[in-house]
This record gives sequence, structure tokens and C-alpha cells, in this order.
Amino acid sequence: MRQALLVAPILIPLAACAITAMLWQRPAAQRRVGLAAAVAMLLATLALLAEVIGGGMVVGQMGNWPAPFGISLVVDHLSAAMLVITGVMGLAVAIYAMGEGAEERDRAGFQPLFHALLMGVAGAFSTGDLFNLYVWFEVMLIASFGLLVLDRTREQLDGGIRYVMLNLVGTTFFLLAVGLVYGLTGTLNLADLARVAPTVENQGALAAAGMLLLIAFGAKAAVFPLFNWLPASYHTASMPVAAIFAALLTKVGVYAIIRVFTLVYAHDHALFGPVLGIVAMATMVVGVLGAAAHYDIRRILSFHIISQIGYMLVGVALMTPLAIAGSVLYVIHHIVVKANLFLVAGAVRRRGGSFALRRLGGLWLAAPLLGIGFLIPAMSLAGIPPLSGFWGKLVVIRAGLEAEAYVLAGVALAVGLLTLYSMVKIWNEAFWKAAPEALPAAPWTRAERFATFAPIVLLCGVTLTIGFWTEPFAAFSLDAAEVLLDREGYIAAVLGTPPAQLAEVAR
Amino acid sequence: MDASLILRVSAPLLLWVPMAVSAYLLVRGHNEPGGGFVGGLVASAGLVFYAISRGQGAALRAMRLPPASWCGIGLLLGLGSGLLAWIDPSAGYLTHRWWFPDIGFKLPIGTALVFDIGVYLTVIGTITAMVFALLGEEAA
Amino acid sequence: MDAMFALTVGVLVAAAAWLLLARDLLRGLLGFVLLGTGANLTIFAAGRTGTMVPPLVPPGAEALAADAANALPQALVLTAIVIGFGLAAFALVLVMRAHAAFGTVSAEEMDEAERPDDAAAPAPAPAAAVAGRKEAA
Repeated sequence: MRQALLVAPILIPLAACAITAMLWQRPAAQRRVGLAAAVAMLLATLALLAEVIGGGMVVGQMGNWPAPFGISLVVDHLSAAMLVITGVMGLAVAIYAMGEGAEERDRAGFQPLFHALLMGVAGAFSTGDLFNLYVWFEVMLIASFGLLVLDRTREQLDGGIRYVMLNLVGTTFFLLAVGLVYGLTGTLNLADLARVAPTVENQGALAAAGMLLLIAFGAKAAVFPLFNWLPASYHTASMPVAAIFAALLTKVGVYAIIRVFTLVYAHDHALFGPVLGIVAMATMVVGVLGAAAHYDIRRILSFHIISQIGYMLVGVALMTPLAIAGSVLYVIHHIVVKANLFLVAGAVRRRGGSFALRRLGGLWLAAPLLGIGFLIPAMSLAGIPPLSGFWGKLVVIRAGLEAEAYVLAGVALAVGLLTLYSMVKIWNEAFWKAAPEALPAAPWTRAERFATFAPIVLLCGVTLTIGFWTEPFAAFSLDAAEVLLDREGYIAAVLGTPPAQLAEVAR
Repeated sequence: MDASLILRVSAPLLLWVPMAVSAYLLVRGHNEPGGGFVGGLVASAGLVFYAISRGQGAALRAMRLPPASWCGIGLLLGLGSGLLAWIDPSAGYLTHRWWFPDIGFKLPIGTALVFDIGVYLTVIGTITAMVFALLGEEAA
Repeated sequence: MDAMFALTVGVLVAAAAWLLLARDLLRGLLGFVLLGTGANLTIFAAGRTGTMVPPLVPPGAEALAADAANALPQALVLTAIVIGFGLAAFALVLVMRAHAAFGTVSAEEMDEAERPDDAAAPAPAPAAAVAGRKEAA
């Protein structure tokens, strides 16, 4: 049963991708299959999470090949939480995508690509093998290429090319690093790497490979200075696509950084810790300043993705249990909030007729539900108590103070204030000031209205739950951090009792 | 498309040659060089040739289903070949199962063949979709 | 042998870096292909070079010959080649579409996504989307 649950988050989207591709000419049937698959995936991930909380790490060896030789799937607390969030996001966006413009999108192949993306993300969160991680990255990447240029407008083609070119180079760096790591250690299984890495003679070369990995994951996660592709492309995508990108794509990069640098490169923390700390600070500052300069909702939100990535890296930079717990809590909260903001932005565009703040206005009177739907995630993003973002920031900053990283904590606080500035800017311009031009009348049909607002309300609910009932989430994050820092436990769970000469055999 | 008359007339006949070769490669892949991937490449080369000589619409009609659908069917076959292993609870996912029905000689049928056919169809679907996109959007 | 590999990889990556710096998207794409080749050769070299013994267990024997080639990097490289091929093909289609839409393959002259929303035509409206698609075709 545990084994079936382990592969379910990958197999369900795979089956959905195959079936929706088969139904290429029947978009309505595709939507039904897609929705059913999204529900099934959420249920499967929830069951997996319960399994992990109840019985610890779930490990499976694909094809019954023993651990360092075959591909291992490993789901620990962090992976399970990320999978559940993936499930929630998949469902929310699947519903949202049934709203405005669904017919056109599905004719262009939204459903198969969307589920391929979910499969890639779920695979990346479950795998315990470096090369397999690369493969899942590519699955994700190819699906995201297709999704980004779905409408084939000039704007999308331009944004798509920027996205594609930079990501292609990023993944090739990943491949280079895989080659170097394999040459140095003779293994690619993460658990086995964690076992072998401290004993490698040529630590300099291993650190170089680590830097390459950091560049590759950093490009994926859009950290400073590798973030340029994100604000150049995200705002061109159609809104359901932008929402799922904002929620999941960069977070896979963050997850990969957390996984690899707490597991394989933990022994080299003296080198990577400060690097990650500086990168985290620069990412926060650059992102939030970029957002402050813009007057287009989508661009503001895109830049805020970058700034928030910085908070998530604090955990790996400090490597204390509290800091990592903060990162975990922050990632969970951020995915929900950010995706929700993009969904709201889509609805604002529909109700107010534009993404440009200068042309928007009067939405609070016209659509109060939308206003509340914006306020909750926006205030949470800025870290206003008692919403989810407050707790995430609180734990991260407190961890920074405890680890005596005062600069880091100070920057995190200041960036929170600037985030508030951006969110208030959107609120004042789009919702509060008088509408500069007449709003479009009756923009939604009844079904579209439901498809647009149901996911927004659902995600607001999640945000409020994390905010008002933080205790279990915080406890879970601390557990996750403890599991992440227990490298011996991970190695033992994956490899069993390792035979003495595994490395030599593999070499 | 202004391909020559000879090419246009002979294209339907010539389509069968790569198709037959690809099927041979697909089955041969068990013990010798070949297999679903190579077979699929050869088959899509045939289809692309057909599309160049007779136009994309004709090639799409010859394929019966859109390329994406073939891709989907292939993926489902691949998935199914792995799920078959769960009938035997001792095996893990992705473990291949074999049957050797004796019809005069041992016929090597197993989930590996199902998987290979899946790869074959997926490759055909992917490559034709890509190349047709490169050939330009002609009325299908 | 290893030195040869190292040299080849170095030349490939250097050439790739040169091509990737160009504003011409096709050159950039070729650069990506070369970079991928360099990465693949790295993996291949990482798995021990210089042996010609195939990694097959001979009939009657229990284990591989001591100096058999390492099969794993070959499997990895094969996977990476297929993925790289798919990515390059997709990127090529994208560049072609962009060329049809913009009439240029110079990254410098494509600035559609950088325009502020006020100046651009109402971009994501359905009518504009259809027009854009026609232009792309």
C-alpha cells in the first residue's frame, strides 16, 4: 500500500496526461478527465502525507533494483508536504482553468501539458536520485515551454524565448554537474552521495560541482543574479498558467536546493552557507525593489516571487533546525498565497478590464468579494499578523536572530515592509481609487463566476487556516526540519545497511 | 505543396516501406539492436516524407488520429505495462513480466513488448507533431 | 584518453559560451546544443574511459569481466541526448514561430514582452490573441 501511494502522485498525472492527449479533439471531455485527475491527485497526496506522519519516510526502489543501483523514490516530511501543496494547487488551477477562455486553451492543448507539468513537479519532489531529478526537471521544463506560449501571441513568443533560452542553459549546467559528481563519487543516489561525499578526496572538485548545482537550481528558483527570465516571461502567460508557474516552478528549484544542500553538501556548509546567505539577501532586496518600480499587477507579483524566494533560502543558509523549519513553513504558505494572488489578478483583469494599475479602479465597490479575495493573500504575503505569512516571517527572522545573523534578519524585516508597500499600492490603485474608465458590465457567466471564485475562496481558506491554526503546521515544519537534518536516518532508510564496498562496485 | 508528380504518386506506396521496416525494428529490439525508439523514428521519418510530398493534411489523414492522441495512447501503454506487474504482488512497479506461449516455438511475449509499442507510438506522435509544426501551419 | 576528453569538452563549452553570447537566437540555440554535447561527454568520461570490453556477462561466467566498460553513464548519456534533442527541437519551433511573428531572429529587436502594459495594444484580449496567432502562422 505504501508503495502504491508512493508512485500515485506521479502516475495519476501521467495517466491524466495520456488520456487528455488521447482526447485531443474533445476539449470538454479533457476538462472532465483533468478535474477528476486533480481531485484524485490531491486525495493520493493527502493519504501519502498521513502515511509519512504516521509511519515515517516512505521509500521505494523502482523495478526492485536495490538502492544505489536503481532509482529510489523517497518521500519524507518535506516531500510529502510539497506533494500535498502540489495537489491543492493542481485542483485550484484545474477549476480556475474551467472559467474564462477554457475552450480556446483546451483546444491548444492546455490539459495534457498541465498534467505533464504536475507529473514533473511531483516526480522532482519524490525522487531520491540526482539524475532522476534532472529528468523530472526536464519533464517540467518541456511542459512549461508548451504552457507558456499556449496562446501564441507575439508577447508570449517573446517572453517564451527568454524563458526557454535561459532555462536551457540552466539545465545543461545541471547535467554538467551530474557528470562531475558521478565522476567524483561513482554514485548518483542522493543517500549514497550523502554517505560518500565527506570521504571524497578531491573536495575542491566536489565543491565546484556543488556550485554548478547551485547555479542550475538557482536559475530554476530565480535567485539573484539568475532571476532575469522570470519577470521577462511570467506576465505574458495566461493567468491559470501564470498561477501554476508562480506556485510550483520556482519552488521546485528551492526544494532541490534544500534537499541537495542539507543532504549531500551538509559537510561543506562553511563554504555554501555564506554564499546562500548573501544570495538570499540580494534576492529579497532586488525582488522587492523591482516590484516597487512597476505598475502592472502581473509584473509586481512576478517580482515578489523573486523576493520571497530569498526567505526560503534562509533556512539552508543558516542550517539550524529552526531556520529550516521556517523555510518549510514559508514555502508552504508562499505557494498558496502567491498562486492565489495570480488567480485574483486574472479576475481583476476580467472585472476591471486591464492589468495596468493606472487604468484600474473602483473594484472594491464593484466586486467586494474580489477585494476580500485580494486582501487576505496580499496581507499574508506582506506578513500582517495573524495571517500565514506572519508566522513564516516570524520563524525565519527569529531563526536569523538566534543564529546571530543580524543583517539577514534586518533585511528580511525591511523587505517585509516594502512588500506591504507594493500590496497597498495595488489595493489603492485597483480597488480603492475611483475607476478612471467605465468597468465592463457583467463580465462573467454563472459557471465562469464559480470557476473563478471557488479556487480563490479555497486558497483564502487555506491561508486563514495556516494563520489562525498555526500550531500543527509549525510542529510539522519542525518535524520536517528534524528529518532533513538527520542525514544518517535518511541514508539508513534508503540504503538499508550499506554493504561495505558499494562505492567500489559502482565505480 | 509543389512536389513533383512522380513523388506525389509514389508517396503512398513508399510510405509502406518505412512502416514495415519500423515494425521489424520494433519487434527485433528484444535481443538485437532496434526497439521502440528507433522504430518510432523510422516510422515518423516515413510520415514526414509523406507530409512533404503530399501535404500535411494528407499525412494527418493517413495517421487517422492527431499526433497528440498517438502520444497519449503510447503513454497509456507504457503505464499499463508497468501496472501489469502489480498483478503479481511479489514484484514492484516497473518489473517486467514474461510469458512464453508455446506455439511450435517459444513466443517471447512480455510487458517489455507492450512498453516498447508504447514508446514506438509516443515517439511517432512527438516527432510528427514537432516536424509538422516546423513545416508550418497548413490547413489540416 | 581522459586528457583528450577534457580538452574536447573544454573546446565545446568554450565554443558554446561564444555562441550563447550572440544576439542571434539561432546561434544561441546551436550554443545550447554544443553545451549539451559537452555535458554528455563529461558524463561519459566520468564513467571511466579507455576500455573496449562490452559490459555483458559472458556465458558461463557469474560476473562482469574486471575491465568491462561502465554501462551506467551510457544509459545516462542516452537519456540526456533524447531530452536534449526534444528541448532543441522545441526551441527551434519556437524560434521559427518568433521569426514568423517578428521577422527577425535577433533577441535585441524583440521587445514585445518588455513594453509596459499601457503602451501595448490590449494584449491578452481574445481578439488580439487570434490576430497574433494569424501573424504567427
